[in-house]
Amino acid sequence: MDMPAPSQAILDQKPAIVAALRQVLPADAVIDAPEETRAYECDALSAYACPPLAVVLPRTTEEIAAALKTCHQMGVPVVPRGSGTSLAGGALPTADCVVLGIGRMNRVLEVDYDNRFIRVEAGRTNLAVTGAVEEDGFFYAPDPSSQLACAIAGNIAMNSGGAHCLKYGVTTNNLLGVTLVQMDGTVVEIGGPWMEAGGLDLLGVICGSEGQLGVVTEATLRILPKPEGARPVLVAFGSNEVAGACVSDIIKAGILPVAIEFMDRPCIRACEAFAHAGYPDCEALLIIEVEGSEAEIAEQLARIKAIALSHQPLEFREAADEDQARRIWLGRKSAFGAMGQINDYMCLDGTIPVSSLPHVLRRIGEMSAEFGLDVGNVFHAGDGNMHPLILYDANKPGDLARCEAFGAEILKLCVEVSGCLTGEHGVGIEKRDLMAVQFAAQDLEAQMRVKDVFDPTWLLNPAKVFPLAASAGRRAG
Amino acid sequence: MRPTTEVELSEMIRSTAATVVVRGGGTRALGRAEGPVLETGGLAGVRLYEPGALTLVARAGTPLAEIEALLAGERQRLAFEVPDLRGLLGRDGASTIGGVVAANASGPRRVQAGACRDSLLGVRFVDGAGMVVKNGGRVMKNVTGYDLVKLMAGSRGTLGVLTEVSLRVQARPEAEVTLVADCGEKAGGIEAGLAALRSALGSPFEVSGAACAGGRALLRVEGMAGSVAYRAAALRKRLGGAWGEAADGPALWAAVRDVSAFAGRAGSVWRLVVTPSEAGRIVTTLSGEAVIDWGGGLIWLLTEAGQGAAVRAAVGRHGHATLARASEGDAGTALHPPELPAVARLSSGLRAAFDPRVIFAQGGKI
Repeated sequence: MDMPAPSQAILDQKPAIVAALRQVLPADAVIDAPEETRAYECDALSAYACPPLAVVLPRTTEEIAAALKTCHQMGVPVVPRGSGTSLAGGALPTADCVVLGIGRMNRVLEVDYDNRFIRVEAGRTNLAVTGAVEEDGFFYAPDPSSQLACAIAGNIAMNSGGAHCLKYGVTTNNLLGVTLVQMDGTVVEIGGPWMEAGGLDLLGVICGSEGQLGVVTEATLRILPKPEGARPVLVAFGSNEVAGACVSDIIKAGILPVAIEFMDRPCIRACEAFAHAGYPDCEALLIIEVEGSEAEIAEQLARIKAIALSHQPLEFREAADEDQARRIWLGRKSAFGAMGQINDYMCLDGTIPVSSLPHVLRRIGEMSAEFGLDVGNVFHAGDGNMHPLILYDANKPGDLARCEAFGAEILKLCVEVSGCLTGEHGVGIEKRDLMAVQFAAQDLEAQMRVKDVFDPTWLLNPAKVFPLAASAGRRAG
Repeated sequence: MRPTTEVELSEMIRSTAATVVVRGGGTRALGRAEGPVLETGGLAGVRLYEPGALTLVARAGTPLAEIEALLAGERQRLAFEVPDLRGLLGRDGASTIGGVVAANASGPRRVQAGACRDSLLGVRFVDGAGMVVKNGGRVMKNVTGYDLVKLMAGSRGTLGVLTEVSLRVQARPEAEVTLVADCGEKAGGIEAGLAALRSALGSPFEVSGAACAGGRALLRVEGMAGSVAYRAAALRKRLGGAWGEAADGPALWAAVRDVSAFAGRAGSVWRLVVTPSEAGRIVTTLSGEAVIDWGGGLIWLLTEAGQGAAVRAAVGRHGHATLARASEGDAGTALHPPELPAVARLSSGLRAAFDPRVIFAQGGKI
């Protein structure tokens, strides 16, 4: 993975840039001491790091507009940062950039149960959005694993999903409006607490644009009434194929569980050793969760049981009480920690058509042997969003490169079966150079033209998403 | 012009100098656009249908009726409940799936299942320079690159000609119940009916339709038989004694969806998308007759001509109003509300980026 060489002219101008930012921002909102900027050198893709030129931490939309306008005038690239939990390097700085952190903007601005929305400053964490409404029986549906830490601004930038999006959709399906600041400091209000923003769907194209079109400072989000209850079941199978067929049959039968999670044998073993959840020793395991009243839960589980039993599972485990329900989820929820106990790992995020599940899992197994690296699979089966975890040893020379090569092969396989490179983590720098596998030159050209409209000078998060060669003519320097 | 392949379409666009009007089934007027017609009906056929993965891929000119019949055969459907506005708009023809997507046409189930754009997984289109572009795909979770899929939904042929669309489909529920309460046509009654709809939408009982029209408030629940019975009873308990089960639920929802009450009647028809709790105030302020859907979020208003300023003033900062059908007296009235300057700059920038020669007629500019 390469990043463009920093501009020497910008590096030389650092004192003037910092002084200009201090002119428009409060003293404590500009950081330029190397020992402090280092804290912003990477996000959750920690294999890559680079301290930025400076960091700004504004408290208002006006301050963000002023900071962006200043950088725009001086030709300085800006990397927006939510909470820095990106697994794709979306917030990775370059040495000549200013990182714009939105974490200080975290207030709730408006809660309206009658119209079922909440308006927040975009630095607020995902979980704290639900936290603001849950006592009154509401929740915000997208629930990425990092929800305790990740910011709504980052969720919007990456169009984040989560385990429950099979039923509730991802960020773009739950976003009603934004305040966006463009690179030149222009503040744009789009949408509001009504169901469609009107005109061209700018909201749709901003969501998932990885911080390249503007900085979202406020967001109007749809909130939903909490279901009366929820309960999981665990189903164990002797093969991935049969588990995959069971998933397909459940979906086809018109049952919409709130989550269908899939774990394969390497992952089950790791989780069991780590969390002692009491999982059966099997090739594949499904955790299926349904919601509703007691009677509705029973009705759905009866249907699911009938379908599952028709596939001769090794075990169909129902939760008799809260504790048993918790134990069913325990292993799944500790999957990443469990794999991390074994070794360093890289988490992939490709999506495939559900029908290709058995084929893809078999191929990943074969590739694992070819590359000599272990891999565990744990993923959202209902929507085909895979999360292969490739184990490697960061201290072993060449292991990371081998792991990345293996990962790239898996993602190419996802595209080959009509899937995609990333289902919810985003492209960032991690999948940037694979974009040509999924897109033809003109497909990327069409996307880059959208950036031309929002950010004509390509100063906002410029070296991400598009292969460097494809964006070279547009980026400064 | 009636291309039968994407390549042919691309060549036609490259070689034309005139402005063209893109047309699917011709069932929805594209504003006031005029010019030679580019028909998509030659780009037809379902390319892939996987009921077990809830996905369908079809060429844009495929008749909607063909898709609906295919889905019905597997007990599935399009979740967003496509409105049939031919009666309202006084048009004939047969809708195409590309036209549905280009209009982001979404019916009563939008309150639960989202709009057409929320079911749209991927597109192929040819832009105004003749460039063939693919975006999205056929899987449900996809954040690879920018989401031009949403941008194309509802762009009404102003950015490109759709050639193929991928959609997420939905299983048909085994049961549905429609609850109905008389609320009358007076202000107080409509306000009370709308408040009940909002209360139902704020409950955990998964309402899939919430409308108020013709003096009646309507609610719908769908799903497994036991669950539907449970939720219908829970809603009646929550809302009080005025609510009963309707015998003709599907017909009532079709009438709301298609705004049948205004078909063939004189006057202009406005489409207002607003903050739901403002709906009561807006309809009682304005003269005319209203069909209210999406729990108050969508208002269809039948008025005499010349009400544009009053309609836009009543909506104010709580949403936006579009003139969906103009009577003679409204021939000069702007169809769409003025955009905020910053939004207008972005929108016109996008139109120029995808249609640099202004090949696509933008009489219905959005």
